[in-house]
Amino acid sequence: MRNIFIETLIKLAEKDNRILLLTADLGYTVIEPFAEKFPQRFFNVGVAEQNMVGMSTGLAQAGFIPFLYSINNFVSIRPYEFIRNGPILHQLPVRIIGVGGGFDYGSAGVTHYGLEDIGLMRLQKGIGVVVPADRNQTQAALLKTWDLPGPVYYRLGKGNKNSIDGLNGRFDFGGLQHIRQGNDFVFISIGSITQEVVSAADQLEQKGISASIVVVSSFNPSPTTDLIKILKKFPLAITVEDHYVTGGVGSFVAEVVAENNISCQIKRCAVDTLIPNVTGSREFMNSHYGISAAKLVEIAWHCLRNDKFTLSKADLFLEK
Amino acid sequence: MNVLGEKTITSYNIRKIILEQSKRANVGHIGSALSIVDIIAVLYENILSIAYPEDLERDRFVLSKGHAALALYAAFFLKGWLTQKELDSYCADGGCLGVHPEHFLKGVDFSTGSLGQGLSMGAGAALAASIKKSSYRTFVLMSDAECNEGSVWEAIMFAAQHKLSNLIVIIDYNRQQAFGYTKDVLNLDPLNKRWEAFGWDVRQVDGHDVSEIMRTIQGLSLQSGSPHVIIANTIFGKGVSYMENKIKWHYWPMSDQEYQLALQEIKAVK
Repeated sequence: MRNIFIETLIKLAEKDNRILLLTADLGYTVIEPFAEKFPQRFFNVGVAEQNMVGMSTGLAQAGFIPFLYSINNFVSIRPYEFIRNGPILHQLPVRIIGVGGGFDYGSAGVTHYGLEDIGLMRLQKGIGVVVPADRNQTQAALLKTWDLPGPVYYRLGKGNKNSIDGLNGRFDFGGLQHIRQGNDFVFISIGSITQEVVSAADQLEQKGISASIVVVSSFNPSPTTDLIKILKKFPLAITVEDHYVTGGVGSFVAEVVAENNISCQIKRCAVDTLIPNVTGSREFMNSHYGISAAKLVEIAWHCLRNDKFTLSKADLFLEK
Repeated sequence: MNVLGEKTITSYNIRKIILEQSKRANVGHIGSALSIVDIIAVLYENILSIAYPEDLERDRFVLSKGHAALALYAAFFLKGWLTQKELDSYCADGGCLGVHPEHFLKGVDFSTGSLGQGLSMGAGAALAASIKKSSYRTFVLMSDAECNEGSVWEAIMFAAQHKLSNLIVIIDYNRQQAFGYTKDVLNLDPLNKRWEAFGWDVRQVDGHDVSEIMRTIQGLSLQSGSPHVIIANTIFGKGVSYMENKIKWHYWPMSDQEYQLALQEIKAVK
């Protein structure tokens, strides 16, 4: 997703010289094409995310559209107050690119996980939140949002080649994408973890269970109206995200259900409590926090049978 | 007023408004505002080139020590950017003038109040001018204790690296902060050498000598290849003897008696 984002940004920057790219010393092998093409519009600000956001406020106020590039948590949590008091408070077109959501940097350890960004950004109504699920949606999302008047946060998965069946590059800012029709329940997913969801739905189909899949790819504005219509059709919604269980798409769905008199059971699959002394690859971590395809199949199976099934810490870590 | 009947931006006029409005609203931050009065007077009377507040080519000004905004509001009123009615809404329910300045207000380029953020915004404004080859300057007025914030040093390094000589920082070096004196909290000395070591052009002035402040700013080269910092040695609470250099007056409001005494005393430094 990073590469297609930068490729698309270069095309936009060719036509609009307001676009600048700033990095806090990250993006090796990804952002060089922009830097080489527009050396006067590229700034490595050093390992200084707070200053990068503060400066971008000054740049945007003077008419530029600065894109800020770094790893998810370094560019969201670290300078969070700068984001609130700068681009959000001043409503300026600053673009924050947080690369590597969830466990994308798996073996890098806890300091590199991106588990809070969607929640933190979603609670600030003045910043658009864009979370593409695959390469083509990344391109579509950037093309539809790059010149919005206010700030936007982009959460980009680290992978470059993933493609979600049925998404077909669709993106609607403030809408959602229904990528698979099914009758028994609905998966509501966000971002690149959707690949696991599609795989889980395939496996469930072989067991005779038919799952719908809805992809939420933006907040602020949030796809509330569309979601109400979908939730009213199903007895069960399973939300999936590589994010903490609070604040992200699961919380959003729960809020919509609670406020709209909808009788849909919700199961939120996300990271509950992080076990700091366990590390591993993205796939390993996703499995151990219950958001891999195999774990989602298991959870869906139990939910549909109305078992009193909870994926506790013990279930996750004591299994062989 | 001058002979044309216009209000003039003098230190005395700003100090008087600070006292009047602090008393009316019964709020503190008086000492911090009095500390920067002479700097604000010079900037708005003699230095800042602002044809009108929305002019894209205007000089930018960031009051990074946002808690002294009353001094700024006083200058805005004297410039005719605020009405008496608006000024009288300082800290009032439903008013637009809070203790810290908001960019919604005509003349405020950036909202401030969270210390350590103004210099980054100013560096961005200065970089923008440099990219666009605009001639406007960016001024950032900071508090001394604000230099406690690590983010300030990120911005200091960036501005020096990119040779932003169109960026002019003024530090209100009154040597005290909310909870004590800077030397006892996080010692900043030698402040001039620290900024010099980071590649800035450093000047030191008496922060209450309007002529010296003006001469120093006018003498700065915008092609020097390094950003400028003017360390203005100031007295916290300047002009009101019982407030000067007293920690209490960071937050404390005045009693009726204290108010009357303060009004009399500022006439002496007129």
